[in-house]
Amino acid sequence: MSILIIAEHDNGSLKGATLNTVTAAQKIGGDIDILVAGTDCGSAAEAASKLPGIRSVKLADSAEYGHQLAENVAPLVVAAAADYSHILAPATTDGKNLIPRVAALLDVMAISDISDVIDADTFERPIYAGNIMSVLKSSDAKKLITVRTTKFAACAEDGGSASVDAISATGDAGIASFVSQDLTQSDRPELTSAKIVISGGRGMQNGENFAMLDAVAEILNAAVGASRAAVDAGFVPNDYQVGQTGKVVAPDLYIAVGISGAIQHLAGMKDSKVIVAINNDEEAPIFQVADYGLVMDLFEALPQLKDALA
Amino acid sequence: MKILVTCKRVLDPYIKARVKPDGSGVNLDNVKMAMNPFDEIAVEEAIRLKEAGTATEVISVSIGGAKSEETLRTSLAMGADRAIHVVTDEDVEPLGLAKVLKKLIEEESPGLVIMGKQAIDGDSNQVGQMLAALMGWPQGTNVSKVEMGDGEATITREIDGGLETLLLKTPAVLTADLRLNEPRYASLPNIMKAKKKPMDKKPLEELGVDTVPRQETIKVSEPAARAAGIKVADVAELVSKLKNDAQVI
Repeated sequence: MSILIIAEHDNGSLKGATLNTVTAAQKIGGDIDILVAGTDCGSAAEAASKLPGIRSVKLADSAEYGHQLAENVAPLVVAAAADYSHILAPATTDGKNLIPRVAALLDVMAISDISDVIDADTFERPIYAGNIMSVLKSSDAKKLITVRTTKFAACAEDGGSASVDAISATGDAGIASFVSQDLTQSDRPELTSAKIVISGGRGMQNGENFAMLDAVAEILNAAVGASRAAVDAGFVPNDYQVGQTGKVVAPDLYIAVGISGAIQHLAGMKDSKVIVAINNDEEAPIFQVADYGLVMDLFEALPQLKDALA
Repeated sequence: MKILVTCKRVLDPYIKARVKPDGSGVNLDNVKMAMNPFDEIAVEEAIRLKEAGTATEVISVSIGGAKSEETLRTSLAMGADRAIHVVTDEDVEPLGLAKVLKKLIEEESPGLVIMGKQAIDGDSNQVGQMLAALMGWPQGTNVSKVEMGDGEATITREIDGGLETLLLKTPAVLTADLRLNEPRYASLPNIMKAKKKPMDKKPLEELGVDTVPRQETIKVSEPAARAAGIKVADVAELVSKLKNDAQVI
């Protein structure tokens, strides 16, 4: 078997999600190559070549790949596909955008968001927002897969010395172009890779009060998240959202503040190692999954927590 | 310009999914069903584009069993002009669904297709991208804002780190994310009117599309429940537990 991994990167550096995807590929077994498609992305390819157990890195460095437009990257993956039995990408917004497009061009089904590898044809994946686990067997000759990164440990960042081979670009499809991006600026770790996450819900009452979470997050070097209720209420932007319809996180410590614990939120954080819930409603369902529950008004608890940690 | 929107009938999002006793699938007998919430947002967006004068007709499509008609009637009550029901009792996979939609697009020639970013049952998040690929069209997935221009659409997408704006040539496929809009409730007069709107029924097998499944479900199960822990009395005890017992801070 031979596996191609589509690297997640920002041209300058390799993103952590790629490391989890390598672990999923190792579980399938076989030769592993990594495709780095981007613009001036040589340093990302270099980082990929140092990952352990990689046979080679395919580098497609061309203007049309700079923003990971699926319309341009999909033909590149299709051109490389003949040599591989499995093509994997992390289940990030880029991976989920690309893989089904490639699959349709190859006339195969895609397998979304795998949480485990049973064998080379059989995979486990969550459905119904993680309330149900499904095991499926694919009869397609080629498997197009996105990987739920929180379910696979990250591989080491060094130890390998794969060759970096340039491959031909496939051109601009000319049907989609990048205009701009507006990324949330933060000095703290990204939600999906942070070791500690502190999230606020509707109980925070407004966006300004999220500063109280920021203050605790600052001390713990934690990322700040939110429930869908807090996003729908307009307290914080959607990229804060943890849950079925937002991001899936599995940090060492997850602190849920003023979050009732709707099924849709639990789907995004229930794999966290330790869960803390702070809520003044002792009947809130969040306490049913919390390792440590504190029944207390969050506006009293957060300043105390900040002082206790400082 | 015509807009094609899709609406899937799924388990009501406020009902907890349960596995059938034999582990062969999810129990959908005698439970409340509803339109996929992301599809509701797609239908709403199409109707708003018609109200703004950008679109001339909104056609809603559902591929499923006899009761999918109810879901289509909901879309008509919201404001879609007519519906196409591709009737099948098969559980068609995303690739098959994309092929069926391609067939309908060839008949209807819409200028835009809007669908939910994923259905909340299978959570696959594939059909829109696959349809765009089969048509050779651009795709705007997870969109939170749509501005139609002349032969093009400027769309804003929800991405992992924030927002991204793209310019797509139309026709295109868009998939709706949560913040695109807030779907309207159908009023009683509109529910009555919807009963008279046209609904075209097409048996799946008459479309001549390959929908043979590529995947076999081996089993479904409910994940082990997480056990509830302990209640702490105050912040000091919490911090002490996290430091000494859990050792996570």
